[in-house]
Amino acid sequence: MRGSTVEKATAALDARGLTVAYGPRVVLSDVSLSLQPGRLLGLVGPNGSGKTTLIRAISGVVAPRAGEVRLAGDDALRLSAREVALRTAVVPQNPHLPPAFTALELVLMGRTPHLGLLAAEGRADVEASRRAMQATDTWELAGRRIGELSGGERQRVLVARALAQETPLLLLDEPTAHLDVGHQAATLRLMARLCRSEGKAVLAAIHDLTLAAQFCDRLVMLHQGRVVAEGSPMEVLTPDRLREVYGATLHVLAHPLTGRPVLAPDGDTG
Amino acid sequence: MNIVRRAPALGAAEPPAPSGAGALAGMERSLWPRFLVAGVALMGAIVLATAVGPAGIPLDATVRIILSRLTGVETGDSLPALWRDIIWEVRLPRVLLAGLTGAVLAMAGATYQGVFRNPLADPYLIGVATGAALGATAVIVSDTPHSWQGLSVLPLAAFGGAVVSVLLVYSVARVGNTVPTTTLILAGVAVASLSTAITSFLMLRSTTHMFSVLSVVLGSFNTATWGELTWALPYAVPAAVVILAHGRVLNVLSLDEEQARQLGINPERTKLVLLGVASLAAAAAVSVAGTIGFVGLIVPHAVRLIWGPDNRQLLPMSILFGATFLILADLLARTVDQPSEIPVGIITAVCGVPFFLYLLRRARMGAYW
Repeated sequence: MRGSTVEKATAALDARGLTVAYGPRVVLSDVSLSLQPGRLLGLVGPNGSGKTTLIRAISGVVAPRAGEVRLAGDDALRLSAREVALRTAVVPQNPHLPPAFTALELVLMGRTPHLGLLAAEGRADVEASRRAMQATDTWELAGRRIGELSGGERQRVLVARALAQETPLLLLDEPTAHLDVGHQAATLRLMARLCRSEGKAVLAAIHDLTLAAQFCDRLVMLHQGRVVAEGSPMEVLTPDRLREVYGATLHVLAHPLTGRPVLAPDGDTG
Repeated sequence: MNIVRRAPALGAAEPPAPSGAGALAGMERSLWPRFLVAGVALMGAIVLATAVGPAGIPLDATVRIILSRLTGVETGDSLPALWRDIIWEVRLPRVLLAGLTGAVLAMAGATYQGVFRNPLADPYLIGVATGAALGATAVIVSDTPHSWQGLSVLPLAAFGGAVVSVLLVYSVARVGNTVPTTTLILAGVAVASLSTAITSFLMLRSTTHMFSVLSVVLGSFNTATWGELTWALPYAVPAAVVILAHGRVLNVLSLDEEQARQLGINPERTKLVLLGVASLAAAAAVSVAGTIGFVGLIVPHAVRLIWGPDNRQLLPMSILFGATFLILADLLARTVDQPSEIPVGIITAVCGVPFFLYLLRRARMGAYW
């Protein structure tokens, strides 16, 4: 894009000093993070810590009060909605979905930024949607109406829509929230694979710390709108920090195969 | 438009979940046969409505007269000149005006429903039609010339009234980023009542124009001429072009605004454009035909219930069926109680509402929207 050969690859996402407020309420203050192509970054933090707001700010839905967002080097605030949508796709958390459209039609909407006003979806768009639905195990749902899908099926169709958008950066807001254990792991394994094989950059807000620790190379922890820790899962998920941020006593165990952190709460010691 | 949606079977037993391949096969079915059938039905309605009337002109004579005027080839010279005048100067303009009005009201209704993401939006219910009637009435009673450079200002005045209404209703009804059904309808009814009251006041103050105003308020085609058609067309046709071009975008807007933006649509600008042109077209229709209810509500919903919500077929099918529906309704309005006429709005309500209720009953409520 910028015709320069920089010493290292341009970051897929570079957010600097982001501050976002809804009216007088500041929900993100001075958040900076950077994400290289091929990396899966987990965004963790308690409810209300600003994870969703960060994703909304990066995708151009809310304008930051201060700071800047660069998508593959381009200033996101100067890009049109369509130009942003060609660079980053979002899996939202609780979206409104029209129940009468079919799953395939919803996934095809992911092709919107690739199409001009008058263009109809062509072979390439249908192919991209089919690949995305096969990758997310939703192809057999293609003809079903959205209103007839379960919460988990809907969630995977939304992931397929984001994949069909074919962007270098994916922003996922709780992509595993409505999924069973099997599909949780499958979704995050798919993300890890997309990073490795296609060089996508993925930022995923994940509620479940243990799950995040298994699949993400790095975690960023938000607390009250600020970044309080960034690093490997082992570095970020320490008992002291968890007590401070979540107000809970958690035991950090090691995964028997990978050695990654597994969190266990204090049982009923009554 | 070679990409097409699967048509959900109306009222049929739940079909077995189709495979992805099945869904694809459905998508590759073209929409054109559907449009062709609806177009042929519209042509049939035009010819039928032009042929039926108290003068007792046979169907073949009607067709010959229309064809000879259209082609310039004289094939109707053996027919009475009076017949030709009745067909060409009286009936055909009336039929075409009814068709244009029905097409525009149904198109505007489908557009409002999509933009507001609200199934009850309709030019009549959200106060646009009554606002347009007020705008037109204000010009009629003011004794100013109604046209400028051959272009009628009535549609523009009606548009002014329509835009004020839609902005007022929208700003009052909006809660956050959505427009809930209840507030939209309450605000629409309130604004409609206000503009109706002002229109009545203006009408009563100006007895000389009472008849012109009444025909705007009640809705009627019995004074239709070619002139009214040529007034309304310059507003209706560009509006239809803009709206039809936005079919796929309207589908994306049926998600919430946040998703629409993340998919590359600027929701505010798109909604403004669509509300503007839909109101312009609806206002033009009201200025020549008056306020006619139910068409903008019933026709798009019938299309949606039968063929599904994809706006790329919903908008063109609403235009075609809206035209057909209002032509046939007007035909009934002038024939059921001969020699007198009943207001076409009564017909649209009497025929349309039971059909609408029947469709609603058959589809599981909410599943089609």
